Amino acid sequence: MSMRVAVVTFPGTNCEHDAIQGLEAVGAEAVFWWHTETSLDGIDAVVLPGGFAHGDYLRPGAIARFSPVMAAVADFAAQGGPVVGICNGFQVLTEAGLLPGALQKNAQLTFACQPCGLEVAQTSSVLTRGLEIGQHLEIPINHFSGSYVCDEATLASLEANDQVVLRYRQNPNGSVANIAGICNVAGNVVGLMPHPERAISPLLGSSDGLHLLGSLVSSLPAHR
Amino acid sequence: MADEQSTVPLHRQLGLTDAEYDEVAQVLGRTPNDLELALYSVMWSEHCSYKSSRIHLRRLPTTGDRVLVGPGENAGVIDAGDGIALAIRIESHNHPSAIEPYQGAATGVGGILRDIFTMGARPIAVMDPLFFGPLSEPRQRWLFDGVVAGISGYGNSVGVPTVGGELTFDPCYAGNPLVNVLCLGALPTERLVLGIASGTGNLAVLLGSTTGRDGIGGVSVLASAGFSEETEDTKRPSVQVGDPYEEKRLIEACLALLDEGLVVGIQDLGGAGLVCATSETAARGRVGMDVDVTAVPLREAGMEPWEIMTSESQERMLAIVTPANLERVLELCGRWEVRATVVGKVTEPDLGANGEPVGVLRIRDGFDGEVLAEVPAASLADDAPLYDRPLSAPVDLEARRSEDPAAVGSDDLSADLVALVRDPAVVYRRYDHQLFLNTVVGPGADAALLRLAGPGLPPSERGIGLSTDSNPRWCSIDPRHGTALTVAEGIANLACVGASPVAVVNCLNFGNPEHPEVMWQLSEAVDGLAEACRAFSTPVIGGNVSLYNESSGRDIDPTPVLGLLGLTERLQTPPPGLGLTEGHHVFVVAVPGAERSLGGSRWARERHGSTGGTLAHLNYAGHLELCALVASLVATATAGGAPVLSAVHDVSGGGLAVAVAEMAMAAGVGLTSDAAFDLEALFGEGPSRFVVATADPAALGAALEGHDLVLEPIGIAGGSSVQLGPLGPVELSTLADAATAALAG
Repeated sequence: MSMRVAVVTFPGTNCEHDAIQGLEAVGAEAVFWWHTETSLDGIDAVVLPGGFAHGDYLRPGAIARFSPVMAAVADFAAQGGPVVGICNGFQVLTEAGLLPGALQKNAQLTFACQPCGLEVAQTSSVLTRGLEIGQHLEIPINHFSGSYVCDEATLASLEANDQVVLRYRQNPNGSVANIAGICNVAGNVVGLMPHPERAISPLLGSSDGLHLLGSLVSSLPAHR
Repeated sequence: MADEQSTVPLHRQLGLTDAEYDEVAQVLGRTPNDLELALYSVMWSEHCSYKSSRIHLRRLPTTGDRVLVGPGENAGVIDAGDGIALAIRIESHNHPSAIEPYQGAATGVGGILRDIFTMGARPIAVMDPLFFGPLSEPRQRWLFDGVVAGISGYGNSVGVPTVGGELTFDPCYAGNPLVNVLCLGALPTERLVLGIASGTGNLAVLLGSTTGRDGIGGVSVLASAGFSEETEDTKRPSVQVGDPYEEKRLIEACLALLDEGLVVGIQDLGGAGLVCATSETAARGRVGMDVDVTAVPLREAGMEPWEIMTSESQERMLAIVTPANLERVLELCGRWEVRATVVGKVTEPDLGANGEPVGVLRIRDGFDGEVLAEVPAASLADDAPLYDRPLSAPVDLEARRSEDPAAVGSDDLSADLVALVRDPAVVYRRYDHQLFLNTVVGPGADAALLRLAGPGLPPSERGIGLSTDSNPRWCSIDPRHGTALTVAEGIANLACVGASPVAVVNCLNFGNPEHPEVMWQLSEAVDGLAEACRAFSTPVIGGNVSLYNESSGRDIDPTPVLGLLGLTERLQTPPPGLGLTEGHHVFVVAVPGAERSLGGSRWARERHGSTGGTLAHLNYAGHLELCALVASLVATATAGGAPVLSAVHDVSGGGLAVAVAEMAMAAGVGLTSDAAFDLEALFGEGPSRFVVATADPAALGAALEGHDLVLEPIGIAGGSSVQLGPLGPVELSTLADAATAALAG
């Protein structure tokens, strides 16, 4: 039986169809999960896709953290369920306090949609199991507010606990320590700015996203 | 509504001429009241009624086997095969962008998306052809940055990829930039809907944003008159403000309504707002409509009926639904947090003087309240006066055509090349061009290439080629032939990604139609477009006309912008692209005797300010044969077959030298050619010429067998510089730095 993944959709989310296509490409059963849902019954993993949840008003993710589904996501994460936030989803996870730090405006103060070279920094998160440390991936970014920032103590603990999942090989947005993605201490909650679902076919320029999405759906036993 | 102290009659303050006022009175058989005058002033504006251009547009070919919907609807629609239809439209948002570049460009994107999803199609791609004055002027930099930020801010957020466009810089746009936007949508063919009201008793439901005082009279005050130096500040309140989040929810709600078959007809609110949407849907359905002006949700208190009816507040749609479906419509809209309010009712047509049915639009103060305005719907939508304005060729035309732009010569060919290369990546990075996972070739290439796929579509292996093309330099010398050459250029661009053309849309940007030279340019351009589209069998399925593009008495150069839509049968791997490969053989493949000219070239215009000379001849049959061959070689490769070509690029603006430089920069592999190129061979522009590269010259030669085409060897790719006979060598790093600096802030 394939893993059942909820793709959480807020008003203003716009990468939900792409996320589903990416997850289906690695054999998952992916379903839209509207932001007003209060449970995640029958779900094995959660993906918070990219876009502009609630218009990104106030700041990206600031309103989405109050959507009813987020309480269920927090419970699910606390029980060890895999949760991955991509781009806007990463922003939502930091605003919701499920990951440390924040995403601020790109250093160049413009939107950036471009291919991006990444390096795998650890292999114990739900997104990077089965990959190799130092492995290079080519996956596009697509954001205005993708510059990862945190205080020095947080950065030290991220490094000490092996929570930096992916780093940029050439920093495109001013992120501290070239951070492209992080996880929580347990490794089951991951946020990343690059879009693995946009790199699922040579026709799109890269298939490297399949490694990450494949890790999410294949390396875990069905959650419940 | 107007300055009450003014001695100028109200109709003139609203932009109606005395003769138009008399015509309104004749239609109504009485003196119009102020509200009725306001309705006619916006609906009979140049922007809404095409009153100066319509008699010319009739000459365009608009039919073809694939055409499902031609001009006149919100968008043209073609049958792409596999149960999928494509809706396409192009529009201008020039005047708003000249005044407030961010919001002008943003609402241009928003407006065209609504035209597309009105047809039942999900918008899947946007392209933005942009025209400014030279970026060395601070005001042009401000306009440029604002427009790009507006497209980026709105387009990225609303969730439609921007897959291409064009950038043109010329002094003629300094006072009046052009911001055109093209949108492509896809739909299952059976979901196609039209903006028609029918069924007495059906309800007109206003969806989306509240109605405010933004954009009142935008079509008549802004888009249908030129600029003087004083107007910019006083016109700013006529610019609308966009909200991409509202639009995103509106798209999803409308597509959900259409999926469940809940609407009889649907129409966007764009120029001329509610009066346009209600009168057009009623006129198409030959019915009447009652509109309760008090039911419209307002953004601010104290709005007058004329303001409510003509407001251009963004992100609104009008859906015609049966009373039985209303509850489900409201429920679905609620899920998407989209406001939905019944503001009108479809009514039986009245009987006219000769017993004929006349659908009447009645604006009421409450559904059972006082009638504030009462006019035949069709008279607003379809009966605007038609003008056959006087036209005459510019007096200096023959003198300009007799100039020889090559006479000045060049004292530094390398410097010429360095000055002409330009890398638009700094702009295109700011646009999400990948959403929906369809973009195989994105912005910056000859044409975009997309998978024919999207949410809710049946599966297909086909690909879509999409290109926007214009050449005001050519069109200022010869608008008829320049426009025909622009069509040829678009078809060549499609060939570079393996696509065969199926349809054309046009956005005709011209100056003041009251100037006979401008009307001559428009008429000539239409004839050139008609001639080329007939020769290439590409019907014109939609268009937009933007007039009064002038500033301080100077008209812009004639700027017809064309959108070309093409298809490929099977898209499995990416096309070869621009980049050269070390050791590969580089050729020009061309129609025998294909002319090129420095007249209207980038070299002549940008390096020497020349506006004279003549244009290259266009051999329609030869051009078609060449483009079909290149398209088939590329399409064979994208379908998974053996690729004969390793690179392909059409020779266009800047001529052969710029084409080769772009190919060399794309992959960082240079080229040295010892051929004896003269100035015209290096920088001359003309149709029917591609630069191609191959690892297997014999295979390329074999592919050309039986075709009346020529293959001219240029050289073998390699090294880190470009040398073309007397030009160069120019280091690739020099070219790349210059190309980046050309647009960097």
